[in-house]
Amino acid sequence: MGEVEMSHVQTLVERHHADPEALVEILRELNQQSGYLTRETIVAVAEALRLPVSQVFSVASFYSMISLAPVGRHVIRFCEDAPCHMVGGRQVWQALEAALGIKFGETTPDGEWTLLPTSCIGLCAVGPVMMVDNDVYGNLTPEKVPEILARYAGGAQ
Amino acid sequence: MIRARVLVSSDPVSLSRGAEALKLALEAELAFYGLEDEVQVGFAGQLGRQDALPMVAVYPEGVNYGPVRVEDVPYLVQEHLYKGRVVEHLRAAPEALTGPLARLPGREGALYAQRRVVLRRAGAIDPTSIEDYIAQDGYFALGKALTEMTPAQVLEEVKQSGLQGRGGAGFPAGLKWSFVAREKGPVKYVVCNADESEPGTFKDRLIIEGDPHAVLEGMALAGYAIGASEGYIYIRGEYELARERLDQAIRQAEELGLLGEHIMGSDFSFHIHTHSGAGAYVCGEETALLDSLEGKRGIPRVRPPYPAAKGFRNRPSLVNNVETLANVPPIILHGAAWFRTIGTPRSPGTKVYTMLGDVNITGLVETPMGTTLREIVEVYGGGMKGGKAFKCAQTGGTSGSIIPASMLDVPMDFASMAEQGASLGSGALLICGDDTCIVDLMFVLLRFFKAESCGKCVPCRLGTTRIVEILEQLRHGQAKPEDLAQLEQLALSMQTLSFCGLGQAAAVPILTGLRHFKAEIEAHLQHQCPAGVCQFQTLKPAAPAPRRIAMGVR
Repeated sequence: MGEVEMSHVQTLVERHHADPEALVEILRELNQQSGYLTRETIVAVAEALRLPVSQVFSVASFYSMISLAPVGRHVIRFCEDAPCHMVGGRQVWQALEAALGIKFGETTPDGEWTLLPTSCIGLCAVGPVMMVDNDVYGNLTPEKVPEILARYAGGAQ
Repeated sequence: MIRARVLVSSDPVSLSRGAEALKLALEAELAFYGLEDEVQVGFAGQLGRQDALPMVAVYPEGVNYGPVRVEDVPYLVQEHLYKGRVVEHLRAAPEALTGPLARLPGREGALYAQRRVVLRRAGAIDPTSIEDYIAQDGYFALGKALTEMTPAQVLEEVKQSGLQGRGGAGFPAGLKWSFVAREKGPVKYVVCNADESEPGTFKDRLIIEGDPHAVLEGMALAGYAIGASEGYIYIRGEYELARERLDQAIRQAEELGLLGEHIMGSDFSFHIHTHSGAGAYVCGEETALLDSLEGKRGIPRVRPPYPAAKGFRNRPSLVNNVETLANVPPIILHGAAWFRTIGTPRSPGTKVYTMLGDVNITGLVETPMGTTLREIVEVYGGGMKGGKAFKCAQTGGTSGSIIPASMLDVPMDFASMAEQGASLGSGALLICGDDTCIVDLMFVLLRFFKAESCGKCVPCRLGTTRIVEILEQLRHGQAKPEDLAQLEQLALSMQTLSFCGLGQAAAVPILTGLRHFKAEIEAHLQHQCPAGVCQFQTLKPAAPAPRRIAMGVR
């Protein structure tokens, strides 16, 4: 872990007044910035908050918005819960796997894409829904998938 | 003198499509015509269906435009706001006005008036403006309580109103408040449960995004009634816009002395903090929520002691859902008797539903308690989509009951639904047409619970896994008759033995599905799927995709 990241953990922890109650929020914010948490980050947070490393790891591994493994440059989170499933989610799911050539839970070999399932994100009125990084796409059809993915190809965003 | 208001939709989709640039363009163009003092521009929550976003609503006429691009702004301002002519070609199609917030007042084609209590301001005011909220009776209830009522009177009013918790269980809110009120202080907490994670439910998000101050005012009233001076809002991590709205609203209210120390010059002080989750369905369970709020894994606690006695930081805590709290200001302002004129005697007030699935109009509706499912589907949902026949509905989200057509005329309130062995739950209504396969539906529902089970207790952790296996076999024609018996036995065990509501409720769709659609499920043993959904090919060796985003060592 570099100096920058270390001081970053420090800053973030201080902003939350080194309050152990803020652990979930601190981990989530760190995850938002770097996509996933390394072992070094977990240890740094534990030290800054004076908590056992095991406890920080336990919390980090519990929440779905915190990742402990590297992810691709873009992360797709696709909802296939009942409301989205009812309106064609299954077909979009298959289209995503076909377009990226990977299964859910995997990252493309070039490190561009990670395809993850997510639980309901509360946008069911426009299902099927997915999030690409922080962008939301609704009313998805298999036909729209390649077009949306193309927007992220080649350095854009 | 303001003669017109222009509201730009500012839900996440609209923002991603440049709603902020649109608002700036509108302001610049209005300034060009010298109209900046006459026409006010603001943000609204979500105004319509996604294909019409971003939308622009012009009041008082109630004309909705959408989708509006920045390039459309000069013409729109010139024609409508300068010359007073509606720009027909930019108007949102009538069906686009049926989106997540169905039928605002003033909308074209608004045939049926909804009775709005909770959502009366959502979409009609700028949620980023506290002045808008105050102009529509905002913080009047708090003022009335602090100047004219004792805490006991506020509590009594909520008790008399018959308000029930809108998070799903329908527990009488006044009673819950009184449990905390009678605990000895000095430190108590009001906790707002905004961890809305039930699939198919997004009412709380739209309440917060459209009218955040209503939640804050409800919390302050609760704090006054039970003797708490601090409130926490636990909001699910995915709801970033909602959290921003709340943080901004808290700052605004503190600046005006409507929150913080000595509110309105009284002896009552109340501070509200927000806290984001990080993705875990179980945190909607109130004791798991409290653990998560303390920075821990969200694992349900042993009860008793209940949160009313030992909750957040082991202090007496009142945990209420967003919609419950948003009901409180109107109750205090207009009185319990007024509230009881809405809804049914056993369940007064309104209910906000999210209607999804095979209906023509999906989205949010608020109707009086006791409205039948048939009325909601036919009137507010605009009937079944594509001429499909109604097969079943799941009420209350993924943990809700699957109910057949024979129950279409049951009044939807907590008590009537319970008498029919069904639950009203969080207010999600998943309407399924005749091309829905019950086995497939149950599989999708239980796959969710399998992913979200926290793993603390055996019935839920293993029960959900085993049920998903059986349903997967059923879908592929590989189940045996004894598997059906085991399915029911597992569900009963989960319902009776699970540690918390998650596991208990996960059994509900299985048990109600078996009760009402047994023949269809049994047909799958004979390799027949009456709805034609299941493909009876051989089961692939690959396990279903993992559902957790966390990928750490387990």
